[in-house]
Amino acid sequence: MLVRLRHVTTLLPEGFVEPGRGAGLLDVLRRRYLAKLLVRKELRVRYQGSVLGLLWSYLKPAVQFVVFYFAIGIFLGLSRNIDDFAVYLFSGIVAINYFSEAFGNATRSIVGNGALVKKIYLPRELFPVASLWVAVVHFFPQLLVLVVGALIAGWRPSVLQLGAGALGFLIVTVFSLGLGLLFGAINVVFRDAENFVDLILMVATWTSPVLYFWTNVTDALGTGPLWWLYQANPLTAAVELFHLCFWFPATDQTSPAVPHLGLVGIGALLLSCLVLLLGQATFRRLDGRFAQEL
Amino acid sequence: MTDLTDAVSDAAISTAAATRIIVDDVTKRFTLRHSRALKELVVWTLRGRKESLTNEFVALSDVSFRIDDGETVALLGLNGSGKSTLLKLISGVMRPDAGRVLVRGNVAGLIEVGAGFHPDLTGRENVYLNGAILGMSEQQITDRFADIVAFSEISEFIDTEVKFYSSGMFLRLAFSVAVHTEPDIFLVDEILAVGDEPFQRKCLAKIRELKAAGHALVIVSHDLDMVARLCERGILLEQGKIIVDGPVDTAVAEMRSRF
Repeated sequence: MLVRLRHVTTLLPEGFVEPGRGAGLLDVLRRRYLAKLLVRKELRVRYQGSVLGLLWSYLKPAVQFVVFYFAIGIFLGLSRNIDDFAVYLFSGIVAINYFSEAFGNATRSIVGNGALVKKIYLPRELFPVASLWVAVVHFFPQLLVLVVGALIAGWRPSVLQLGAGALGFLIVTVFSLGLGLLFGAINVVFRDAENFVDLILMVATWTSPVLYFWTNVTDALGTGPLWWLYQANPLTAAVELFHLCFWFPATDQTSPAVPHLGLVGIGALLLSCLVLLLGQATFRRLDGRFAQEL
Repeated sequence: MTDLTDAVSDAAISTAAATRIIVDDVTKRFTLRHSRALKELVVWTLRGRKESLTNEFVALSDVSFRIDDGETVALLGLNGSGKSTLLKLISGVMRPDAGRVLVRGNVAGLIEVGAGFHPDLTGRENVYLNGAILGMSEQQITDRFADIVAFSEISEFIDTEVKFYSSGMFLRLAFSVAVHTEPDIFLVDEILAVGDEPFQRKCLAKIRELKAAGHALVIVSHDLDMVARLCERGILLEQGKIIVDGPVDTAVAEMRSRF
């Protein structure tokens, strides 16, 4: 008796499967428990033998914040033009840090777990997803610090503004997972991918309005095609949504709002979904070669 | 020597309920890439792509066989004959370049001792991690945890980090987790060489138990006496081709006469 499975070109005898052909990200949902253990392992191993442990995930953004605050805010004088500059700065940093960690670690996850990939079959999407999950674990303490800071500055967000924050988080999550799958797979074949990703992460802080205000960009580029190109970066939308959620309701709410932010946000989410589809498709294409390339 | 090729070509049409593994005209090539740096690719392109950038090596060519429930099959051959590649294809770690591999039920492989064990985690954590990697649910691992530890005989070290284990202790725990996944198909690659004799005997007894329970077993080993005792069927590979597929004694005798 014959049954037609997902792979329409092959007829498989009933009950048989081709080993090594999974359902991609759907398999990760099915193996949540394993994903959870991989995350726990990652966190345990990362802070093994470290005195400060998880505190490092607070310390790094704290130092980053202090440096930027003095260099950009005080020395370059941006804190004079932007209300509650500290909250403005930190809400952007938090979004970019989340992206950097998720994307950077996902890119290295397949090569880093090479010993396992070579010897036992498991849905390989688990590794980038586990990297993303670890990044989320590090994101929430920072978010907590941000919220406390915003509250001190007088934060009173509306439901819509909280929704903007959630949308920003969703954009970064989908975008970094998509890019992580894409570059994680390519990195197995060409280790250059790792360095290329470092390059992307280096400029990511500067290509979004983290250290400056959006009007600085329109002053220089105008509001024509270049401005739209600038805004096409999903991270830009995410950073602005974070500003709308955490910073704007903490100020006197007189700063000029980014035009069409809702539309830009939806567009960024759609673009991120496309990147995720592309990442998953590339990952599945290269997946069969992982074991022999590592 | 039993010729199974005809049976295999019919496999797609009628499958006896007992069949567990179908390997159908499988070919696997490896491209040995000289370089993976972008710079050298560019230089190579600028030079007009003259010399081939890769070497091809055929690990398996047109290999076909079927394995049924309760069969214990030894894969024999010299190093580089394609035995381990075949196991990796059955476990799904690699995919064939031509032909196809089909399995029914879940596969557990001991392709290498303790792959999936992490040195910085304790024995207990590794049992859970490795059990989950091999496809067990949390409940299943918890239910079998006591058995796994008892079988490994290292209960006093179970909460010690695995990096402090001796290689023997490591093997015991890894093997113990793998056999307790109760796989329909169990793949064993050369691991029984490690471990002391009493533990080896215990492993062999466990393997016989799995076999009696109707699981399919595929074993790669250079220990010809051991596989002759354990398996009833032997497949002898030479340079990626099947030379003998028949009773294990025939395969072992052929192996000894050839090499």
